[in-house]
Amino acid sequence: MKHYTGAQILMKCLEAEGVDLMFGYPGGAVIDIYHELDASNIRHILVRHEQAAVHAADGYARASGKVGVALVTSGPGATNTVTGIASAYMDSIPVVIFTGQVPTALIGNDAFQEVDIVGITRPCTKHNFLVKSSKDLVKSVAQAFHLARTGRPGPVVVDLPKDIMQAREPFHYPESVQISGYRPRYRPHVGQLRKAFDLIAKAERPLIYGGGGLISARASGDLTRFARKLSIPVTLTLMGLGAFPGDDPLWTGMLGMHGTYTANMAVAECDVLIAIGARFDDRVTGKVDEFAPKAQIIHIDIDPCSIQKNIRADVPVVGDCLSALQTLNVFADEMDAMDWPSRRKDWLAAVQGWKSDRPLNYTQDPEGPIKPQFVVESLHRLTKGKAIVATEVGQNQMWAAQYYHFKSPNSFLTSGGLGCMGYGFPAAIGAALARPDRIVIDIAGDGSIQMNIQELATAVQHNVPVKVAILNNRYLGMVRQWQQLFKDGRYAGTNMEAAPDFQRLADAYGAVGMRATKPEEVELVIKQALAIKRPVFMDFWVDREENVYPMVPAGKPLTEMILT
Amino acid sequence: MTNTETPTETRHVLSVLVDNEPGVLSRVTGLFSGRGFNIDSLTVAETTDPAISRISVVAPGSETILEQIKKQLNKLINVHKVTDLTAAPHLERELALIKVKAKQEDRAEILRIVDIFRGQVLDVGALEYTVEVTGDYDKIQAVLDLFARMGIVEVARSGVVALVRSKKGEK
Repeated sequence: MKHYTGAQILMKCLEAEGVDLMFGYPGGAVIDIYHELDASNIRHILVRHEQAAVHAADGYARASGKVGVALVTSGPGATNTVTGIASAYMDSIPVVIFTGQVPTALIGNDAFQEVDIVGITRPCTKHNFLVKSSKDLVKSVAQAFHLARTGRPGPVVVDLPKDIMQAREPFHYPESVQISGYRPRYRPHVGQLRKAFDLIAKAERPLIYGGGGLISARASGDLTRFARKLSIPVTLTLMGLGAFPGDDPLWTGMLGMHGTYTANMAVAECDVLIAIGARFDDRVTGKVDEFAPKAQIIHIDIDPCSIQKNIRADVPVVGDCLSALQTLNVFADEMDAMDWPSRRKDWLAAVQGWKSDRPLNYTQDPEGPIKPQFVVESLHRLTKGKAIVATEVGQNQMWAAQYYHFKSPNSFLTSGGLGCMGYGFPAAIGAALARPDRIVIDIAGDGSIQMNIQELATAVQHNVPVKVAILNNRYLGMVRQWQQLFKDGRYAGTNMEAAPDFQRLADAYGAVGMRATKPEEVELVIKQALAIKRPVFMDFWVDREENVYPMVPAGKPLTEMILT
Repeated sequence: MTNTETPTETRHVLSVLVDNEPGVLSRVTGLFSGRGFNIDSLTVAETTDPAISRISVVAPGSETILEQIKKQLNKLINVHKVTDLTAAPHLERELALIKVKAKQEDRAEILRIVDIFRGQVLDVGALEYTVEVTGDYDKIQAVLDLFARMGIVEVARSGVVALVRSKKGEK
């Protein structure tokens, strides 16, 4: 049998997994892998910081639905990935991260560029492997991909000592992977689903509350069918945006801390809450004791840990969203004779009433400063709502969520759980490489963009035409907003007076820089940026003290919204 | 959890079958510390299958907390099975080595206690006896309470090991 080096075997594994692109940063411990990578058919995107490699792989995974892959060296290369891994873990994104490691004989010796990355990433990975024997290499890689993409997806780290990459072994890739301690439940219990459906059918005021699980499970089509069939209003979490069309009459908007008045009132008033692929995060529930106080709760999730963790579910259903919704749709079809719209008349009228009474709103004075919401709405209009939008974290993220009106899944990429500034730009690069047919925009703040701004060089080198819209208020806007509202207006540490000139900075990197300082310039800048097939920074000087509303103060019930 | 009920803390004995591999124990204990769960005692050793170890954990908490602990343990890839023995008839033993001060006038009493609790004296020093006692949690506690009067110098406890009781009667 022909023998190959570990590095060659790794390439063969990646090819067997269908990997055609990965993000990485070389170093001594992975030099053998890079040597073989260069000879393979896999495209390598050289990032400028390892954190960005993981965010880019994450963005690639979200936009493509495939597993994202990152490769970094040992020691600092590995530790730099931790934030990216933690973000992918919180948001359940399938990513496999290969880290170099010192030779097995040196492990534990405090060797140069040695770090116990398996120990460090244990709490923020779905699983991780240190490959200690060349005989385990193929199995570990195959298991890593299997674990990353199945069940509740998540990041998996594979730590590769340098000598294992040099040792020779035969290669055989397994047809299927069996892991005895791992049996994710896809098909829900039909009896529980029947109970859930009966509750929904009897409900006067049902509400669907969906999350990121809908997108991982590719269940948005079935969700939309179910909601429309039974005339049930739909709200989504930040992670779920795009799973239900943002222009559908049943759409209430996002719920939670910066959710719409309609969505939060609907939660407060509903009698049956159907939670699908969502986990009752504190940013969603507000004060948990007063969340959905009138409702019986159905909770469908593939991860049993999510059920009964924050909220007591009356009908818990363990299984994947797609399978569950398919069965619920079968039950719905059996009741074809039912006139759901007239049955729901009062409830839908109430929802419509909240929508027309208290829509999301802002006023753009043509003479005044640019409103950030106006920038996002202009982006939406000029891309016809068809762009993939990544965000950074903070006000930019919330305005993007509120005003881009997402219509399709895999189109909104945001660090929802970890809330990781610096996520959006590399994620957008990853998404643009996954979907060259789509316009990809990163909606950023002037603070967040500086956390991974070095990736401009990556975008330029690999000719990735991402567009970055910087909502530049020279503040760390969301913290400033909290300080204004809850800390007597003392803007401690949030004033970013010394921001760079983003236009010239983009030029310096060999990208394109543009700026709008007045409302009438916004449209022109966006149109020009979209016409250029290169990376572009759009620097929008926005109203410095604009706030994100509605806002439910942390720990308050959802009905206590600050509206303006 | 909606906090309308006051959570009552109870003591649970969990038996966890895991892969006998490096790092697995740290995944289990890391889960407890990372999520703020407490551990009263923990023991680990190989089973008849050398690839599998049994971890016996005694953990206090409300039903809700215990449900989370069990689910989170089950979620670990290296965990094969989690059984909450507290729910069913089960056998529970712990071994304690107790070094107790043995003044002349207390020696007979120490020996009597050891005898009553079916322990044994392992070592006799000039000033202290080292005693071995095996039993469930309550029994060990009772012995320690009795020895407290004489003065306990040191205690080493093995932590609880446990198994489900076999079915009785008809098969």
